Amino acid sequence: MMQPTGYPPNQGPPAGQGSGYGGYPNMPQSTGYNQPPGVPSASASMYNGSGNVTYAQPGVLQTTKQMPPATSGTMPTQQPPPSAMNGYHYQPQYQPPMGQYPPSHTGYGQHVSTAPLGGHPPPSHYSAAPAAPTQPPQQGYGAPPPVSAGGGGYRPNYSAPPPPTSGQAGHPVPGGPPGTAGYNQSPGPQQPSMQPPVQGMQNMQINNNASASYAAPPPSGLPASSMSGITPGYPPKPGAGPGMQPSPYPNPNAAAPTKRLDPDAMPSPIQVIEDDRMNRGTEIFKTQGRGLVPPLVTTKFVVEDQGSASPRFIRCTTYNLPATSDMAKTCMVPMSLSIKPMARLPQGEAPPLIVDPGAEGPIRCKRCKAYMCPQFSFTDGGRRFQCVLCNAITETPHNYFDHLDHMNQRVDKFNRPELCRGSYEFVATKDYCRNDKFPNPPAFIFAIDVSYNAIKSGFVELLCRQLSSLLDHLPREGNQEHSSVKVGFITYNSILHFYNLNSSLAQPQMMVVSDVNDVFVPLQDGFLVDLQQSRHVIESLLTQIPEMFKDTRETELVFAPLVQAAVQAVKSAECAGKLFMFHTSLPIGEAPGKLKNRDDRKLIGTDKEKTLFAPSSNFYEKLAKDCVTQALSVDLFLFPNQYIDIASIGQISQLTGGQIYKYNFFRADIDGDRFIKDLAHDIQRDIVFDAVLRARTSTGVRPVEFIGALHMTNTTDVELAAIDCDKSIHVQLKHDDKIQEEYGAFVQVALLYTSVSGQRRLRLHNINLSVCTQYADLYRSCETDVFMNYLAKKSVNLGCQIATAKIREDLLSQASVILAMYRKHVASPSSPGQLILPECMKLLPVYLNCLLKNDAIHSSHDISTDDRAYLRQLILSMDVDETQLFFYPKLLPLLQSTTNDDGIPLAVRCSEDKLQDNQVFILENGVSMFLWIGQAVDPTWIQNVFGAQSAAQIDIDLGSLLVFDNDDSRNLREVVSKLQAGRTRQMKLTIVRQRDKLEPWFRHFLVEDRGAGGAASYVDFLCHMHKEIRTLLS
Amino acid sequence: MATYQEYILQNEERDGIRFSWNVWPSSRLEATRMVVPLSCLFTPLKERVDLPPIQYEPITCTRPTCRAILNPLCQVDYRSKIWNCNFCYQRNPFPASYAAISETHQPAELIPQFTTLEYQMHGPAPVGPVFLFVLDTCMEEEDLQAMKESLQMSLSLLPNNALIGLITYGRMVQVHELGTEGITKSYVFRGTKDLAAKQIQEMLGLNKLPNTPQNQPGQPQAAPQNLPANRFLQPLHKCDMFVTDLLGELQRDPWPVSQGKRAVRSVGAALSIAVGLLECTFPNVASRVMLFMGGPCTQGPGMIIDESLEHTIRSWYDIEKDNNKYTKKAVKHYEALATRAANTGHVIDIFACALDQTGLHEMRCCTTMTGGLMVMGDSFNTSLFKQTFQKVFSKDSKGEFNMAFNAVMEIKTSREVKVNGIIGPCVSMNAKNASVSENEIGIGGTTQWKASGVDPSTAFAVYLEVVNQHNAPIPQGGRGTVQFITRYIHSSGQRRIRVTTVARNWADPSTGLAHITAGFDQEAAAVLMARLAIYRSQNDDGPDILRWLDRMLIRLCQKFGDFQKDASETFRFMENFSLYPQFMFHLRRSSFLQVFGHSPDETAYYRYQFDKQDLTNSLIMIQPVLYSYSFNGPPEPVLLDSASIQADKILLLDSFFQVLIYHGETIDQWKKAGYHDKPEYENFRQLLQAPVDDAQDILATRFPIPRYIETQHGGSQARFLLHKVNPSQTHNNTMWGGQPDGSAPVLTDDVSLQVFMDHLKKLAVSSST
Repeated sequence: MMQPTGYPPNQGPPAGQGSGYGGYPNMPQSTGYNQPPGVPSASASMYNGSGNVTYAQPGVLQTTKQMPPATSGTMPTQQPPPSAMNGYHYQPQYQPPMGQYPPSHTGYGQHVSTAPLGGHPPPSHYSAAPAAPTQPPQQGYGAPPPVSAGGGGYRPNYSAPPPPTSGQAGHPVPGGPPGTAGYNQSPGPQQPSMQPPVQGMQNMQINNNASASYAAPPPSGLPASSMSGITPGYPPKPGAGPGMQPSPYPNPNAAAPTKRLDPDAMPSPIQVIEDDRMNRGTEIFKTQGRGLVPPLVTTKFVVEDQGSASPRFIRCTTYNLPATSDMAKTCMVPMSLSIKPMARLPQGEAPPLIVDPGAEGPIRCKRCKAYMCPQFSFTDGGRRFQCVLCNAITETPHNYFDHLDHMNQRVDKFNRPELCRGSYEFVATKDYCRNDKFPNPPAFIFAIDVSYNAIKSGFVELLCRQLSSLLDHLPREGNQEHSSVKVGFITYNSILHFYNLNSSLAQPQMMVVSDVNDVFVPLQDGFLVDLQQSRHVIESLLTQIPEMFKDTRETELVFAPLVQAAVQAVKSAECAGKLFMFHTSLPIGEAPGKLKNRDDRKLIGTDKEKTLFAPSSNFYEKLAKDCVTQALSVDLFLFPNQYIDIASIGQISQLTGGQIYKYNFFRADIDGDRFIKDLAHDIQRDIVFDAVLRARTSTGVRPVEFIGALHMTNTTDVELAAIDCDKSIHVQLKHDDKIQEEYGAFVQVALLYTSVSGQRRLRLHNINLSVCTQYADLYRSCETDVFMNYLAKKSVNLGCQIATAKIREDLLSQASVILAMYRKHVASPSSPGQLILPECMKLLPVYLNCLLKNDAIHSSHDISTDDRAYLRQLILSMDVDETQLFFYPKLLPLLQSTTNDDGIPLAVRCSEDKLQDNQVFILENGVSMFLWIGQAVDPTWIQNVFGAQSAAQIDIDLGSLLVFDNDDSRNLREVVSKLQAGRTRQMKLTIVRQRDKLEPWFRHFLVEDRGAGGAASYVDFLCHMHKEIRTLLS
Repeated sequence: MATYQEYILQNEERDGIRFSWNVWPSSRLEATRMVVPLSCLFTPLKERVDLPPIQYEPITCTRPTCRAILNPLCQVDYRSKIWNCNFCYQRNPFPASYAAISETHQPAELIPQFTTLEYQMHGPAPVGPVFLFVLDTCMEEEDLQAMKESLQMSLSLLPNNALIGLITYGRMVQVHELGTEGITKSYVFRGTKDLAAKQIQEMLGLNKLPNTPQNQPGQPQAAPQNLPANRFLQPLHKCDMFVTDLLGELQRDPWPVSQGKRAVRSVGAALSIAVGLLECTFPNVASRVMLFMGGPCTQGPGMIIDESLEHTIRSWYDIEKDNNKYTKKAVKHYEALATRAANTGHVIDIFACALDQTGLHEMRCCTTMTGGLMVMGDSFNTSLFKQTFQKVFSKDSKGEFNMAFNAVMEIKTSREVKVNGIIGPCVSMNAKNASVSENEIGIGGTTQWKASGVDPSTAFAVYLEVVNQHNAPIPQGGRGTVQFITRYIHSSGQRRIRVTTVARNWADPSTGLAHITAGFDQEAAAVLMARLAIYRSQNDDGPDILRWLDRMLIRLCQKFGDFQKDASETFRFMENFSLYPQFMFHLRRSSFLQVFGHSPDETAYYRYQFDKQDLTNSLIMIQPVLYSYSFNGPPEPVLLDSASIQADKILLLDSFFQVLIYHGETIDQWKKAGYHDKPEYENFRQLLQAPVDDAQDILATRFPIPRYIETQHGGSQARFLLHKVNPSQTHNNTMWGGQPDGSAPVLTDDVSLQVFMDHLKKLAVSSST
């Protein structure tokens, strides 16, 4: 967005034009649009259709916002620069004193909203801008004539024709040109202004004043002009901005402190989410055609499977693949798919239909073995079909033959899900089974730590009390009355205790295995039992366990032997399984896999930091492989009071498709409920076992990297001991060759698995992607949330091999390149001094900053090594929704009447600026939840909710909310439970009082602010990125 | 003392001892010419109802190298209150407590009839005997059920103060914790792994301090010593209900046995764990490991045969040819275990019931070295096993259990005599002193032996050597003296010492050969020679043993027979030698030395029994007794000869291992015709019943219970009779169709006793040898 000011001297006018705001202008430029009229127009229309004209442009990103600049131009006067910039681009505005906020605010908001609208917005913008202008003109500015000039330059364009034209024109016609023209002009004038680069620079500094670091670099690196560009860019809107700056300049001292960019002027996730919700929330997303960009993950929408997989199963970083690897390398936009093959669908969307192809098995391409899908085309009257992946032609088996209609579509197309759906399942034949034998139903093994710590923390007692009822909800297939999942129990400390639960027994038999160095399963029948038949024995056991160990003094624990035992158990039972391990401390018992405390906090922030997150040896990796070989997935429920080396033991669950739950300093009274709910969710959720996932792609690209909770023994097959409905996997594609634009690209993801009833099935997801040769098209079809998901996973994956600093550097540079290439190839006409972001990626900077400052990636001393390792593991299995929320938490003001349809308050930006004394906020990131209570909150509310007189008297150790029969209490609990309902794990609720000792921790999650340890605020970061981009461009 | 016969019997009655020679040749040279070595069969704990309970410690010779115990054969000076040790001639003062003694006021140990005396020690409250049951679970349901019932029944027979423990095994080995509530708990071990005692201890959590009880609900407070081991070994009165229930719930080994496979059975590992458990918890406390097995060990240490049924279990042929890979390793394993058990004074009993072999051949050392019991049967579901097992816990006339533990037997000899060694169920304690002969016979090189388990019928064969030189005269009236001191733990847990002191006269063979000859005890000699022969056949010269026996017999005949050279018809033997050749004839044919037709397990079992039974039983084993029942008169013992098999007679054969009733051809026909059911043939019914009653008497007293067989002429089981009898009539010397008198010919190529004797005489009188 910087555009405003930036008047890169160099670029001549021509360049200038692109950018503008808008996308419009760009559009024209972008050949893509123009050239293939068909395509572009189509796309354009689509967008239009959607309502957000602007969207179409997004490609360009920038956003119409530019308009503002014009305005700004017009309003030289405006002092309140802040409001201006905003747009999508980053604009360093200098914000005047707080007072100005309001105006800026509004301006901003409008911008955003307008942006999408394209044409319309302009007006609003303008209006906004004007508002700003109200302020005194840039007097300060005045000093630096150039600046002012620049502003002026803009204005012209804007003020007059540009705004209107650009916006509206864009659509109808490649309005671009006009708009651009307008822009161009501006540059011209600006250039001169630029000259006083110094000033610009200085301005920057001022802005950044807080973050000195940023300020410093600019001067050195960039041409002064650029700098100035930035600042001005800002101004556009707030024309004032620039104006302001100058003033500060002149009067350095006084002005400096007050100035800064207005965060509200920068692209806001809240706004983007809200806009998308408004615009696309009601549509039915039909997966027809190729390369469709679905609504954001935060938007509720309905999907109709029309032959391509629902975005609930597959989302991509870009739905329009670059045609050549050169193109891909240049822009550095990854081609990556986030696949959540077992995703649970909302009500109203039918799960994939199951097809029984009979004894012959599913129809497959004879060459590449792709499965029959809607994209296969039948020829020769239906006697042959052509594979969409490899183009090989295969004879249609006799019993699969059907005639074609006049459209060359099979007559029975709509009777066969594999011919008309994007996602469907085949019942597998024996050929698809282990040892050519149909599998047995899987088993759940519960392994309970009964060491001193475990007993003392109370979870054993709690677990044993609750487990019996939780077992009623073992996963079962739709038509089953009872689950066929078998259950088994082990307890352990320094030795293992197995239990014979044979239904013929009156009481359980405990079998102790002390030989932990060479562990074995002491029984076969009776260990894994049918819940229904052995119910009485199991209940007796669960009563006995806490009793038996209540006086234990054993503190040594083993870990690996237990897993080995479970592996053997499922092996001898010839079934797949899932191990639920409830574990308290570092396994120091004399046994394989013994660990020692290697938590050396001195390493944090050094090159050796990565060793903290690398496993201590490859022992656990090998063990995990054994688990995968036997299809045993391991979920860890950890209750540590100290270091437990998650980096090592966590591999067990990470590689086996499992999950870690962690309850630090567990106390049954506080954390018990959360733990039991997590466990309940874990037990009940849909899960499949012994799975192999394979992604097949059409020629030109191939999958090269798979990231997630998975294990691979070769380069193509993802082996998953189990995968549940919450797990997602990232697959990165790479070019093999040039892809033909007209054919598009096609990906078929096949998941072969054993269901909870022991049925062997194949689930297929097919997705059609477009291919483009124009960058503009590419940038138009990106999805930032998926991209962030990818970046997060990739960073975590590399986290134990590469120094943290390097990872962060790489992230930043990749993002910079992406944005810079956009500037170069799509929005080149704009002035380099402007920060122009593609519409689809306008949140990239804010999200990236959130990622960089996230505890998982950031070298933080505030959080234990284990917690960081834990977060990393979490991230690896997170899907796009979860990463979105995790990196940019939701901050909800509770005491206000505006709520969305669900009755949940509208979120505000994660910044302390939004906090108000008299307000109560909920902040949630999917992992934790905070309830922040302002000092001036109405005591009645506190009384109603906490039964306390004042905030000071609230018991903040409460693990959950008290229940009172009044609206406030009900309302709060309702909101909390609604928020919780959508999460895969229970969030720990922390109550924070304003200015209380916990508040710094809470503020840690206000990701737009400057964080502890030098983490940049959004504003600073945006400046920094801008600088990076300009460096790249220059 | 009328005859030697009476003298011998009286001595046996009193001291439980039978010497081969009751008058001893006075020089080493002469002694070696006696052919049958100077030796005795000694039953250390022979049941004596008349012994007074002596409640004090015995008085020992003060010479540190002697320490013999005061006995009636000592010379006592009542005035100076001094006694002379009759072994080292040390003069010892009586302790102060004996101040009151006089010729008329003697302590028991000086009263002549108490050459055998038992002292009962006082000590801390003893820990009751420990019974650790080690149960096989790989067997048929009925067998398992029978075994469980037998065990449950046995709980009521055990001493009240007994501690019991339970280990079960199949593919895995489970050590059961006793007395847990609400849940049964066991420690499981892999059957393929041999663990050192220390590892076992750690894995069972026994290395923890006693006062940190581990996860043991219901573990009582005030056990005598609150040892962790109490979790596994608990007093019977505390846990008998629990154990009964536990046994009731005991299931067959849950691991499936596939077609063509043997059950996987970890006998070796289970036994190792049992031994290890006791070793570290109750060393030197009276303890029995009672191992029940329904088949051979098929995995892990001590494995006898592998799982596959394609491989048959080793036969004698395989063992002789050394072509099976498991036997040697298994023997080594079990020997190591037996040694450990013996060292800590624990007994291993083996109850093996299976139709096929179970590995007794390899495991025999476990019983022979610890003095344990070995019982071999076809199934746990037979009366043979059930009654035998019940008898393990039988009580004597005083109501005391017929078992004693951790016995250490020490032998003291007067100077003219040294000890070669012992053959019997015991191990050497390696206590060397001047009485130890350089020539070892049996277990030698020591004067102390340990038998972890002894019962009142256990008899040891003790081989002595006269070392007096030919030219060193024996003092006039001097007697050779031997003292047996047996320290043991009574079944009540009390420590006791049994002292037996015996003396025999010397005779100079050159002048008094007649005395020596007269003192020959042919029964004892036969048994002692048999033990020696069996021992040798197992240890050194297996196949040559028959030749050795023959040579010894011929030499005996030459030495003591009365004949003219080269005139076999003139050969005569004294009456007290007359049966000896016959014993040897039957011994040669017995299953102790003839392995043909027997599995290694059977042989091991037979030999085991022979090595520990007393004289009477041993003789029965060598030469079974045969009674004949007919209308002609009362039952009479008849020759063990095929000629005794008559059509109109019923025979009762007692070979110790079998009690067999054989109906002659006619009797059988009558029976089949049902005459015994007719009132008018009441006498026939009685005739049929008589041997059955007698057999029941035998069965009732014998341990282990013999196999009881009823058969008839031509019956398949008659083979047991036919192969024992002297084949005086065979198909070679008889017409087909049988003798007119109805006796049955035996189909064999073995020589008959007659032929044997003829040859013997011929060789004995031959001047060429």
